[in-house]
Amino acid sequence: MTGFRHALSDTLVLARRSLLRIPRAPDLLLSFTVQPIMFVLLFAYVFGGAIDTPGYSYIDFLMPGIIVQTMSFGGFVTALGLAEDLRKGLVDRFRSLPMSRGAVLAGRTLADVVTNTVSIAIMLGVGVIAGFDFDAPLPHIVAGVLLLLLFGYAFSWVFAFVGLTSSSPEAAQSLGFIVIFPLTFVSSAFVPVESMPGALQAFAEVNPFTITVDAMRALFLDAPAGHNVWGAVAWSVGIAAFFAALSVNRYKRAVVR
Amino acid sequence: MPGELAIEAHGLCKSYGEVRALESVDLQVPPGTVLGLLGPNGAGKTTAVRILTTLLPPDGGSARVAGLDVVREAPKLRTRIGLAGQYAAVDENLTGAENLEMVGRLYHLPKGEPRARAAELLERFDLGESADRLVRTYSGGMRRRLDLAAALVAHPPVLFLDEPTTGLDPRSRIGLWETIEGRVSEGTTVLLTTQYLDEADRLADRISVIDRGRVIAEGSSDELKDQVGGEWIDITLESQADAGIAAAALEQVAAERPAMADGVLRMPIRRRQGAIAEAVRRLNEVGIGIDDVAMRRPTLDDVFLTLTGHAADGDKDGADPEAER
Repeated sequence: MTGFRHALSDTLVLARRSLLRIPRAPDLLLSFTVQPIMFVLLFAYVFGGAIDTPGYSYIDFLMPGIIVQTMSFGGFVTALGLAEDLRKGLVDRFRSLPMSRGAVLAGRTLADVVTNTVSIAIMLGVGVIAGFDFDAPLPHIVAGVLLLLLFGYAFSWVFAFVGLTSSSPEAAQSLGFIVIFPLTFVSSAFVPVESMPGALQAFAEVNPFTITVDAMRALFLDAPAGHNVWGAVAWSVGIAAFFAALSVNRYKRAVVR
Repeated sequence: MPGELAIEAHGLCKSYGEVRALESVDLQVPPGTVLGLLGPNGAGKTTAVRILTTLLPPDGGSARVAGLDVVREAPKLRTRIGLAGQYAAVDENLTGAENLEMVGRLYHLPKGEPRARAAELLERFDLGESADRLVRTYSGGMRRRLDLAAALVAHPPVLFLDEPTTGLDPRSRIGLWETIEGRVSEGTTVLLTTQYLDEADRLADRISVIDRGRVIAEGSSDELKDQVGGEWIDITLESQADAGIAAAALEQVAAERPAMADGVLRMPIRRRQGAIAEAVRRLNEVGIGIDDVAMRRPTLDDVFLTLTGHAADGDKDGADPEAER
């Protein structure tokens, strides 16, 4: 079907465009490579001795959490890029072309999957050097990586919406961090939920970050996950679908600022 | 489609909340001609272009471009139009060649053609040597040329140029004008918005003057100038007390009797050639001292003052619905 083939080709053209930019903007490249390494090392060696994680060494406890956090921020490039495209009139150009309506957003979020894959590889490499030990069969580890990418993809759509609705690239970036940063910390990503005060604990237990991090521990460390793996998949799919619908609708009416 | 208009709009209107950006705009552009849409900031020019290029649905009225309805046949229409705007909408982190190839792919040109077409356009727009440089290293004029090239990738029969030279230096402006003239000579229909009378004067076959969302005058450049009045000479006298004698001395060579305006003697003229020399000679004959003499031509401000009774930039800093969005 021509429509579908065009949509796919448009998406790939725009994903390529997003990726071409990365080696040309060294600050972006750093955020995918050096920043994750820095986070792993800082958390592992600064907090590692102070946080009690029964049943695990801190590096084993930390790795699933910190990779999930990194995935949730991977999409900020989408927010930044879309806000810039709007400001510079590129969205007008794209909307005047006979291209698929969703391709600009789909292309950017697809490019994030590629950069997120690079981040995961780097973080797992550094983690293993720092003492992280997979304790699961290979199919579970592969499933874990796929869950991480799905989760990152869902947050790319959150950032797509942020980028389309905020007034400038700078605002898009800080809005994204202000909303997502606390969510990642009030979860089981860095400390056991049981160590939090009552109200926070109640929130942390239903936080999709906790559910996803617990699912990752199940997949990478063979921890008991209950139904958390499918719960995590459901959260990611739900977030992606909800924000994709909002973003595409918003994009159709987008105007130059 | 012989005899059919390339662009045709009837009663287009559009509001942004309380602000009425367009109130019943009619436009007719025959194929192969240039329509200049002339007006100040916030007049509704960009809104009109956005509707005609399918970016914005009108609240009322209808428009056809290249024979296609801008709302109902929008997807098909997008294959037949090119849009270049005041924002120079090109990706700074791609090279010139990558930008044009990307646009060619998004027009779904056959395999291999995006690259060939990009190379051809870069050569034609004098960007061949900079083809593989990142656009963020380009000058303002080069970006505009690339933006215009991007609008031409798919050989569109109708081209929309939204303030194509705003912010450019004079040399780049003239270069861009020549490029646009080249497209028109090959049969492209152009709708061009501008704030500059000289730009409309040079490029447009017909001009529609738009203000506060309405077309307030329409005609060729000469017809509009006739409505505004012709050229005049402003003479600053050494002594304003001599104004009466000076006016009498000049009356015979003036288009109408000269009169004082803002402290200078304003003398409408029939033709430029020799007018200043003649005026100076006559004033010398009656022994009146002159401080300064200057030839004046109607400006956009004069067009607006005459047609609307308010200055063109009267609300530049005030309500500008397009700039706020």
